[in-house]
Amino acid sequence: MAAPARAWAWLRRNALPLYAGLAVAYMLIPIVVIAVFSFGATPKGKLTFGLDHGFTTEYWTSAFSLPELNDALLTSIQLAALSTAIATVLGTLLALALVRHRFHGRRAANLLIVIPMATPEGVIGAALLSMFIYSSVALGFSTLLIAHVMFSISFVVVVVRSRLIGFDRHLEEAAADLGATPLTTFRTVTLPLLAPGVVAAALLAFALSIDDFVISNFNSGTTVTFPLYVYGASLRGVPVQVNALATMLFVASVIGIVLVLWQQRRAERMATRLDPVPAT
Amino acid sequence: MNLRQRLVPYWLLGPGLLWLVVFFVVPMYFMGELALRSGSLTTGYTFSWEWANFPDSLSGHTEQILRSFFYAGAATVLALLIAYPLAYAIAFRAGRFRLLLLFAVIAPFFTTYLIRTLAWKTILSDSSPLVGVLQTLQLVPEDGRVLATSGAVIAGLTYNFLPFMILPLYANLERLDLRLIEAAKDLYSSSRQAFLRVTLPLTMPGIIAGVLLTFIPAFGDYINAQLLGGTQQAMVGNVIQSLYLNQRDYPEAAALSFLMMALILVVVSLYIRFAGTGAFMGDEDEARG
Repeated sequence: MAAPARAWAWLRRNALPLYAGLAVAYMLIPIVVIAVFSFGATPKGKLTFGLDHGFTTEYWTSAFSLPELNDALLTSIQLAALSTAIATVLGTLLALALVRHRFHGRRAANLLIVIPMATPEGVIGAALLSMFIYSSVALGFSTLLIAHVMFSISFVVVVVRSRLIGFDRHLEEAAADLGATPLTTFRTVTLPLLAPGVVAAALLAFALSIDDFVISNFNSGTTVTFPLYVYGASLRGVPVQVNALATMLFVASVIGIVLVLWQQRRAERMATRLDPVPAT
Repeated sequence: MNLRQRLVPYWLLGPGLLWLVVFFVVPMYFMGELALRSGSLTTGYTFSWEWANFPDSLSGHTEQILRSFFYAGAATVLALLIAYPLAYAIAFRAGRFRLLLLFAVIAPFFTTYLIRTLAWKTILSDSSPLVGVLQTLQLVPEDGRVLATSGAVIAGLTYNFLPFMILPLYANLERLDLRLIEAAKDLYSSSRQAFLRVTLPLTMPGIIAGVLLTFIPAFGDYINAQLLGGTQQAMVGNVIQSLYLNQRDYPEAAALSFLMMALILVVVSLYIRFAGTGAFMGDEDEARG
């Protein structure tokens, strides 16, 4: 067989993995670009394309040296922590009600949880702003908090709910049979088993909050979060430190996810080891 | 069951649903109210059943609305073409790399949306080698640019919403019963026929979910048009944002977002009629509820 024909045959056989590989590369290009250009020296410290001015770690060592950027990051972290805490509690309670109980108005409750996820962020932000304008509420951290909790709740419900559906209720019945009160059962049986789902939901809520630009842009007033800072900077030229920080955030989230996955796997392994009741 | 037990679900639902009602449903009401006001920024806006705001908001921005349909539609089709083979490969051919590949697919979520769009701005900028290659291949005119064109905005939308296409497709494909494809082959169908008549119809729910989850946010997005487009690429999201925050023409802005919300409610309720709310939540039990 001639070489071109063989190459063609190989290409046909491996078309799918090749295509998938290219698609994955496409997904990762911007992340690589962000990381690489955080090491590229530029004359004015503003982001440009090309590494013509050489390699530098300057922007990594000075990552926390821009006061405005630090304030914005701090605001974002506080906002994300608070909104995650509130949304996780409210969302977990909703998920418990939806999976564990039969009640009137179930469909309406489901709909009310689904629709915010299908609404474009711009509409959510605009509607909230309309209400804040009407009630003359001063825009700022509190309006941001309201908005962030609102858009996170539905996602928390979805994640916790999927965990609850595969839940063995016999364990709770066993606890009750052994004389545990409903509250003790919840604390010692339900919550520990639910924990991985709740942790995953909280991580998602945190990520959504810290990443949100559109809804925040409508309701922030003069408060500046990290994405709002980046947006403002993009009009004048983005300081390269932003890329260094983005890379740090990326690495931190990857480590966080890996730890959670590892912890879940370990928990599952322990569960399977304990599970089989020795035959006597 | 006694009364106390029957009330338990309502206690659990209460706080969360209250938050959603007060900060999602009620704001929609105020947006509707704002849309029916008339006046100007200097005189203030007063409520006057100004129904004309709705047709006015449409006729003043037909160009941006049509463009939003076109851009979001193109990005959705491209995302489907990229995502389907990728999801298929991850589900059936990835072996022990499956988790790693899935991780790569959601990796963009761990960098801020704005920052990764800015990264595309750098990649597509005039001095970028990629644009040089495209020029050499004559895919872009010698002196042409990529940034500030429709292509750049569509590429940005495709990239940013691709994971929303891949994940539902993957979830659907992963549950596919491979014996059905074997059965089709045993009955002498070609690979092509098996794909078109077995795999594709069985993954239709995933395709529809992916299309909705990609199209809706892409339609409302304005970041990509703002950062990657020029003045000629504004979408309906840009119009709403600028009417609200720069021109402060609240009634027209509210009317336009209200119509957008109505359109999306129609699409979503049609979808729920066919698939149930569970399809959105990844819950089979609820799927036809």
